[in-house]
Amino acid sequence: MIVLTVNGTRHELDIEPETPLLWALRDEIGLTGTKYGCGIAQCGACTVHVDDQPVRSCSLSVADANGTKITTIEGLSPDVSHPVQQAWIAEDVPQCGYCQSGQIMAAVALLKAIPKPTDAEIDENLTNICRCGTYPRLRAAIHRAANSI
Amino acid sequence: MGFIEPKSPAFNRRDFLVATLTAAGGLAVGVNLPGIAGAAPLNGVPWDDAVPDAGEVNAWIVIEPDDSVVIRVAKSEMGEGVLTSMPMIVAEELACDWTKVRAEYASAHRNLVEKGVYKSMLTGGSGAVRQSRVYLQQAGASARARLIAAAAKRWGVPDAECQAADSKITHAPTGRSVNYGAVAGDAAKIQLAAEPVIKTPDQYTLLGKPVARLDTKAKVDGTAAFGIDVRLPDMLYAAVVACPVPGGTVKSYDATAVLKLRGIHSVVPLANGVAVVADRFWRAQQAALAIPIEWNPGAGAGTNSAQFAADYRNALKTGPLQNAKNVGDAPKALTQGDLVEALYEVPYLAHAQMEPLNCTVHLQADRLDIWMGTQAPDITTGLGAKLTGLKPEQVFVHNCFLGGGFGRRAINDELVHAIAVAKTVGQPVKLVWTREEDMRHGRYRPQAAIGFKASLGKDGMPMAIQAQTAVGSIMQSIKPMLDFGAMMGPGVEPLAVEGLVNMPYAIPNLKVDAILKNTHVPVMFWRSVGSSQNAFAVESFIDELAHKAGQDPYKFRRKLLEGKPEFLNVLDVLAEKSNWSEKMPAGKGRGIAIHESFGTIVGEVVEVAVNQKGVVRCERVVAVVDCGHVVNPLTVAMQIESGVIYGLTAALYDEITVKDGAIEQGNFDSYRMVRMADAPRIETHLALSGGTKWGGIGEPGTPPIAPALCNAIFAATGKRVRVLPVKNTDLGGQA
Repeated sequence: MIVLTVNGTRHELDIEPETPLLWALRDEIGLTGTKYGCGIAQCGACTVHVDDQPVRSCSLSVADANGTKITTIEGLSPDVSHPVQQAWIAEDVPQCGYCQSGQIMAAVALLKAIPKPTDAEIDENLTNICRCGTYPRLRAAIHRAANSI
Repeated sequence: MGFIEPKSPAFNRRDFLVATLTAAGGLAVGVNLPGIAGAAPLNGVPWDDAVPDAGEVNAWIVIEPDDSVVIRVAKSEMGEGVLTSMPMIVAEELACDWTKVRAEYASAHRNLVEKGVYKSMLTGGSGAVRQSRVYLQQAGASARARLIAAAAKRWGVPDAECQAADSKITHAPTGRSVNYGAVAGDAAKIQLAAEPVIKTPDQYTLLGKPVARLDTKAKVDGTAAFGIDVRLPDMLYAAVVACPVPGGTVKSYDATAVLKLRGIHSVVPLANGVAVVADRFWRAQQAALAIPIEWNPGAGAGTNSAQFAADYRNALKTGPLQNAKNVGDAPKALTQGDLVEALYEVPYLAHAQMEPLNCTVHLQADRLDIWMGTQAPDITTGLGAKLTGLKPEQVFVHNCFLGGGFGRRAINDELVHAIAVAKTVGQPVKLVWTREEDMRHGRYRPQAAIGFKASLGKDGMPMAIQAQTAVGSIMQSIKPMLDFGAMMGPGVEPLAVEGLVNMPYAIPNLKVDAILKNTHVPVMFWRSVGSSQNAFAVESFIDELAHKAGQDPYKFRRKLLEGKPEFLNVLDVLAEKSNWSEKMPAGKGRGIAIHESFGTIVGEVVEVAVNQKGVVRCERVVAVVDCGHVVNPLTVAMQIESGVIYGLTAALYDEITVKDGAIEQGNFDSYRMVRMADAPRIETHLALSGGTKWGGIGEPGTPPIAPALCNAIFAATGKRVRVLPVKNTDLGGQA
């Protein structure tokens, strides 16, 4: 039995231990805010926090996540009040929006590790793909969030 | 997508006179957007004529008793912002309080049964605003006039004495006022003697102002429901493995072993592959990968990209070429003056939209429900009917947010697979293509070879240009799924030569020829379509001519654009904003390009740095846009940024290549994307010419970026990139 605590709720799952965390979140637990984009840890659309660390959930097995505390986009705030979400709204970041859950989770983790990141540090740490090309607004939103936290 | 150039919107004012309460309609129709309209797509309730909505003023507008305004959007939201821009157009005339507006998808089913009440629901050709602005304004104006008439009737005063603003009607002489919500039901029953005249641009109070998108909240809290997020009771999941060679089929497969695996429901043969159905997607996907399959590769067997490139180059020599444009006598003029020749080559490109193609269907004896992100719900409806034998009226498309489209979601190959599976499983099924399936079974931007010749006069200016393209036919490739042939008219397929035949420069002798030649690799609309490769060729070649003539590329273009004030204005603003005349340090360069597509002129200047190893870094892009008028300047800036990054990714890194008939790239490790670290600073400036022009904005940012980039690389290194992507040209070792 796999035990995951997701956004504060404990889930006991009878699934294959090699199941990627992404699919456990989406199809077992029903949290679809975390997206499938590539399945090989390239794009970052599936980024969640596992014990406060950013992880590409498509490439982490539930066996390796067993017993951890997981935060997904749905657990970031009950009312889009998280400073990063607020910064995303203020800078009008999303276009199609598909990658944005992952971008936000990656940015939240970045700001925890580096509260006032430079552009170079953003380049180095925010490696998620956005096919709509929202990078300039993502960068502005990260700086905005850094200044508001 | 470029296949539908704007026709004057086929608007019939009578449409609005008859679109009243009796036409029946309701909020239960179609798909409500979570975070906007508050319900999830999976709750999409079928159209039901028995449940009219009292507040429906016309098919586009519902006003609730609490004054909230639902505006229906008949285009698909794939990032381009139509869920905001379309309602803005309606609201401008409706004179409603913008903060009370909610957006909702219009129902494709209703469009069918009410015979086109929403016109074309196809999203493409950067055409949402261009195609629908006038009838959306009219819908808003008509609703406003009826609200006024309803209030005036209630008060027993003439309509002309009443005014509408901010969702309220006032009668100044008596000081009375009433909110829209209180008279919406009456307004729906009003028949106007004549439809009101819509505003002219000088009267706008909302259009042209930056307005925050209505879908942002849903896209920052994970609630925006894309097709892939649909969950239905008793839903199964399906994964697909299709023949690695496009056009190939299955010879044999052995499902024995995987059918014993946990959760596997069944294995379904498809025309071009095999689907595994399971209780969870991941189980289906693992099983699909484990099935031993033998393929019939078909006509594409043994082919490869180098051979395609040689074939396209040879086709320019062997022909037969079809003439697409002929001004003066270019062949003769080319025998005089200095001859300049260049050959440009571009590869196949995948759309690589972030959300892989997927589709959820529920097929019953007398009804088909489809949940997916589609750029063309009308076409999806027809395809669903064709695939199932049901009547189109029995097909219900629940459009979702699209995780990117860029043209790919105009043809629903995923629906073909999903219906094949649904016919055998008898319960709702969600079929998802993995990233690898999505990338290897795309419909790609065509590969092409484009040859140019010019003769320069003594003043260095071109006396003649001949452009010849060998390229795949999109119309021929998509015909089995979508027959747009009739729309194209006679002559050379416009998609193949757009950007060439309409090059804006004053060239006394101009000849454009084409040879359309397809391989087994399917081709389709890819953001900006023919302009994506033809602007690269034209704007690179013009740059080459400028350098040959020893002239500044900006001033050279300027001379060739005399008498075209809109182009000149864009160029001049561009030169100013980009600091064009300032010298760049060694190893850096500036490049310029200008191109008109989808009714919009965009000029771009790129600044690059190229290091000793030849690594190119695009540092800054300045874009100047003339789309005539602007609905939402925020959307314009976002779309230019998006178009630039999309085109830059392709120009720098991407090619879809074929080996032994199969597509080699399968994921983002082999099909590289521009990421944050590669993204330039982008500045967008407007140089609006106004008048009657309303240009598109989703695509026109893309065509100029590749040539501006390559022209900048030339400025920095002296090396001319004529074959995309740039990564295939060795740029190392310059001073």
